[in-house]
Amino acid sequence: MGKPVGMEVSIAISHAVRLANADVVAAYPITPQTHIVEHLAELVADGELDADYVSVESEHSAISCCVGSSAAGARTFTATSSQGLALMHEILFICPALRVPIVMVVANRALSGPISIWNDHSDIMAERDIGWVQTFAENGQEAVDLTLHAFRVAEDHRVLLPMIVNIDGFTLSHFIEPIELPDPKLVARYLPDYEPLMRLDPDKPISMGPVGIPEVYTEARKAMDNVLVNSKAVVLDAWQEFADVFGRTYKPIESYRAEGAETILVTMGAISETAMTTIDTLREAGRKVGLVRIRLWRPFPFEEIREALSGARTVAVVDRAMSLGGPGGPVCSEIRSAFYETSRRPHIFGYIAGLGGRDVTIETFTEIIDKAEAAAEKGTRNEYEMIGVREI
Amino acid sequence: MARKIKEEALCPWKDLPLGCAITEPGSAKKFKTGDWRSQRPVIDYDKCIKCGLCYIYCPDMSIKMRGDGFFEVNLDYCKGCGMCAHECPKKAIEMVEEVEE
Repeated sequence: MGKPVGMEVSIAISHAVRLANADVVAAYPITPQTHIVEHLAELVADGELDADYVSVESEHSAISCCVGSSAAGARTFTATSSQGLALMHEILFICPALRVPIVMVVANRALSGPISIWNDHSDIMAERDIGWVQTFAENGQEAVDLTLHAFRVAEDHRVLLPMIVNIDGFTLSHFIEPIELPDPKLVARYLPDYEPLMRLDPDKPISMGPVGIPEVYTEARKAMDNVLVNSKAVVLDAWQEFADVFGRTYKPIESYRAEGAETILVTMGAISETAMTTIDTLREAGRKVGLVRIRLWRPFPFEEIREALSGARTVAVVDRAMSLGGPGGPVCSEIRSAFYETSRRPHIFGYIAGLGGRDVTIETFTEIIDKAEAAAEKGTRNEYEMIGVREI
Repeated sequence: MARKIKEEALCPWKDLPLGCAITEPGSAKKFKTGDWRSQRPVIDYDKCIKCGLCYIYCPDMSIKMRGDGFFEVNLDYCKGCGMCAHECPKKAIEMVEEVEE
């Protein structure tokens, strides 16, 4: 095993892409993702990564270029954020339909408006239903590891779907953390060359992306849902292999001091590390609280969530995005769905915090836990509540 | 009136090729689009001067020349767009309503 070196997480991700030996990178710079592709451009220019770096005029072109290169059989990477991800929108749905295993890192940032370059999850939640496999990283090491894992899962012949690794903009992308870059020999063992099952080849022409007439479209969508749901087995296998090769273990969700907890906090992304500190503090004060962190967002790990939360009396879900005019936060919706058909379910409360770069602190989490416990005690129902809104 | 559009699936979802890709050439021939038609072109061979403009303009290549130099429409694929009738310099092609058979 190598030695951890202090480096910016974005730069570490670009090294993960170098270690994965990507063939094509097509990207457009956007804050707070820019450092990833900027450094990749440098690695290509310096001859450290033998890839085609395609500078494009927009994110719509970036992802379109990625579709073409992946369809031609190239290992393909891109990265974006917020408005850039939104500009990719129409092509994002086409990628899983064509079964092109593109890997993308999204440095999560608020969507305008008002204009915000700061961190929350509203960009990716607007793309929740695109049919990509999606994970969320908590720290720099995980961002590197999940990027390698993404290539491994996406290119597996049982999957052949594009995959997004979400990292929180600024609070993860711009932090300098101790990161161990894996040994290239081990990466080569973990991640063999991409062997496409089909590809655009002038010597053996095929058509990708034909029209889906009413007699085909429903079946095509069924096939897409089926492969995405079943990709979970491969996600798990690839994490198991990752543990075997690199010694670090990942799971779809992680429970932290949740044993015997009456109240469980649920988080996703980099705020989970602050949440762990909160749980430590509250446990020391004698409170029966625990934490569940979600790593696999799509396909959603319903089974694991039910298992991890069913023992709790109260569940407080923290969302970093809103479904305006809807049920509140998207993560909370999923968790409520997971429990609807079960006979014994905890009180599930949704809290929206950390929008557009507002800090989520130990105090924020403590307030959330207090509110959830008080609501459960009183037997009140809450659809959702926004935390930290200044009223006067 | 157009014939009833079939809503039934072409094949079970498990039989769809990866990414719905088309892996063999010329497969459009298998998909007969003639039942999309609400009007059919009828050629008056007394007026036709065999100029072939209908054949040139047909976007679906549904018009072919016969051995005698006249042209005929392949109704398995003609969608009834009416371009041939519009372009015919002798007004020899008339678009006639389809009737339910």
